[in-house]
Amino acid sequence: MSAGFYYGTEVFLNGLMTGVLYSLVALGFVLIFKSSGIFNYAQGVMALFAALTLVGLQDGQVPFAHLINSIFGTQVHHFGWHLPALLAILLTAGVMVVLAILVERYILRHLVNQPDIILFMATIGLAYFMEGFGDLMWGSEIKKLDVGIPQGGNLWIEENTAFLGGDDFYGFYLDSLDIVAAVFAGLLVLSLVLFSQYTKTGRALRAVADDHQAALSVGISLRFIWVVVWSIAGFIALVAGIMWGSKSGVQFSLSLIALKALPVLMLGGFTSIPGAIVGGLIIGVGEKMFEFLIGAPFLGGATENWFAYMLALIFLVFRPQGLFGDKIIERV
Amino acid sequence: MFYREAGDFKTTYADDSQTFPIKFDRYRYWAVLAFAFLVVPFIINDYWLNAVVLPFLIYSVAAIGLNILTGYCGQVSLGSGGFMAVGAYSCYKFMTSFPGMDIFSVILLSGFVTAAVGILFGLPSLRIKGFYLAVATLAAQFFLVWLFNKVPWFYNYSASGQINAPERTVFGYAVTGAETHAWAVYLVALVFVVVLAVVARNLTRGSLGRKWMAIRDMDIAAEIIGVNPMTAKLSAFAISSFYVGVSGAMFFVLYLGAVEVGEAFGIGKSFIILFMVIIGGLGSIFGSFAGAAFMVLMPVLLKNVMVGQLGWATDLAAHFEFVIVGGLIIVFLILEPHGLAQLWRLAKEKLRLWPFPH
Repeated sequence: MSAGFYYGTEVFLNGLMTGVLYSLVALGFVLIFKSSGIFNYAQGVMALFAALTLVGLQDGQVPFAHLINSIFGTQVHHFGWHLPALLAILLTAGVMVVLAILVERYILRHLVNQPDIILFMATIGLAYFMEGFGDLMWGSEIKKLDVGIPQGGNLWIEENTAFLGGDDFYGFYLDSLDIVAAVFAGLLVLSLVLFSQYTKTGRALRAVADDHQAALSVGISLRFIWVVVWSIAGFIALVAGIMWGSKSGVQFSLSLIALKALPVLMLGGFTSIPGAIVGGLIIGVGEKMFEFLIGAPFLGGATENWFAYMLALIFLVFRPQGLFGDKIIERV
Repeated sequence: MFYREAGDFKTTYADDSQTFPIKFDRYRYWAVLAFAFLVVPFIINDYWLNAVVLPFLIYSVAAIGLNILTGYCGQVSLGSGGFMAVGAYSCYKFMTSFPGMDIFSVILLSGFVTAAVGILFGLPSLRIKGFYLAVATLAAQFFLVWLFNKVPWFYNYSASGQINAPERTVFGYAVTGAETHAWAVYLVALVFVVVLAVVARNLTRGSLGRKWMAIRDMDIAAEIIGVNPMTAKLSAFAISSFYVGVSGAMFFVLYLGAVEVGEAFGIGKSFIILFMVIIGGLGSIFGSFAGAAFMVLMPVLLKNVMVGQLGWATDLAAHFEFVIVGGLIIVFLILEPHGLAQLWRLAKEKLRLWPFPH
């Protein structure tokens, strides 16, 4: 077979890996949307904030150092310690839980029964707030995140697939980081499914997702569930932040992965966890293949920015609720 | 006392259906117009024009446009930035292809081009609803920005990929290009804003506006009572895009002068315009102005206080600005989800009973 075919396959595999990361972000959206009907635009910024906090904790940065220095004229920057990755991750997870509690306490609680658009706007406000707050707390320069995930091309795969092609084919190039990310995403999804099927809280979560009022009437605390859901979303954001942050550095553009996850949601349906995963894979593969086959050769490249949206748009015209979304039933 | 309907007898149908039924409102309206046309041009300078007045006027038009679509017709759109880019680039193409055309027709024509593009991207709204549609309009945002970046025809094959506004005059005074007078630019923008606002106000009061509102409140019920959802939704998309396109064209020729599409008309623009509409009040023309004023003035104010008064570094001030804008939006939504327009309505209710509230 020709080398072009193998390169195509390589692009396909890489798309699959990217798709897993998209699904990871989309998963956070779906969880919150299902349980509270809120379209949480801040999910991407939560990933950025989590990654910033992780780096800051790991390197022992002084929070708000820039602000303190400006006001008091001091020169503090670092505490001078270096935390092990695992401890820093746990602490960051704690920060995300605190964040979830604060969001519930100061935003959601006051916006019960408001129209969806208002809640959506509130999360955009939250996104702005956290973006500024994260930069204020940890500084806005690009940071390197290293929690010990191997990076660079995976030699083992490359060597063991080289025999497939001819002399000009050196095996599939896959980033180790992507493989680790895919494995972690898979584990995360599995544990989420187990959690929601077999634990008491998980069952309560599904009850709330089904019907708020019915859940309230059987004694499920809506507020507690919201805190749990936002914590889980924060945790997913942390995982996504670690993966994307290790890949391309912790910087503002990290928050833009939210925009990558939106077409995934449209394609898979806002209310479906399997939808988020399948949608992510389709989008990841689709946009890489489109760029490889049509975008780069004929359209001048950089089609990845919009291809996913167009695909989702065209798809939605035929199936307005997405692949796995709940059927939309409307009554007068 | 003075703000009341009583004693203001309407003797004709035209009187009865005028825009401002209360005498005080009418006087206020004419007073504001007189101030804007007769006083401001004489006192305006370049700083005020470029920092406050011009962005306010241009964003007002965009906010009215988005308000027609989102506030009146209920279709949430996140593609305003892309549509502004369409306005700006068609304006540029018209100006460079037909050098003899005057600036007013060029801007209006760009509006019509944007309206056509708006209809195209509005088509999915016939099938897709709610958040799915909001996300779908992002397709317009990303696709249009990419298009203007990648197809050199749109920026006349210039090496930098930027578009620059050539010089145009109105009655012999330059309003675009390098050598402009603040008052001339101001008046051109003001004419557009006033005319478009009056048109929007009357559109939304008329049968078309009622159809939009019926669709917004419940589209199936509206369909049953005889509102054609296709014409209602597509007309909302067309007219809204027209407004947004005009504002994009003005943003380019009158305000920036030189535009790089990703920078000037990115997704951030879409969100800012949406903020204006929400903070100002959905479904209110006054609210569009109030929201635009709020979103334009607040950053200027914050920057002046933090950089000018406290002497902080600009990047620190920029971060604080994000925190404060985000926080204010949340506070606003919690305290008054119907926006500044609702505060205005409440104030008017109070004024009606003043000074003898029961």
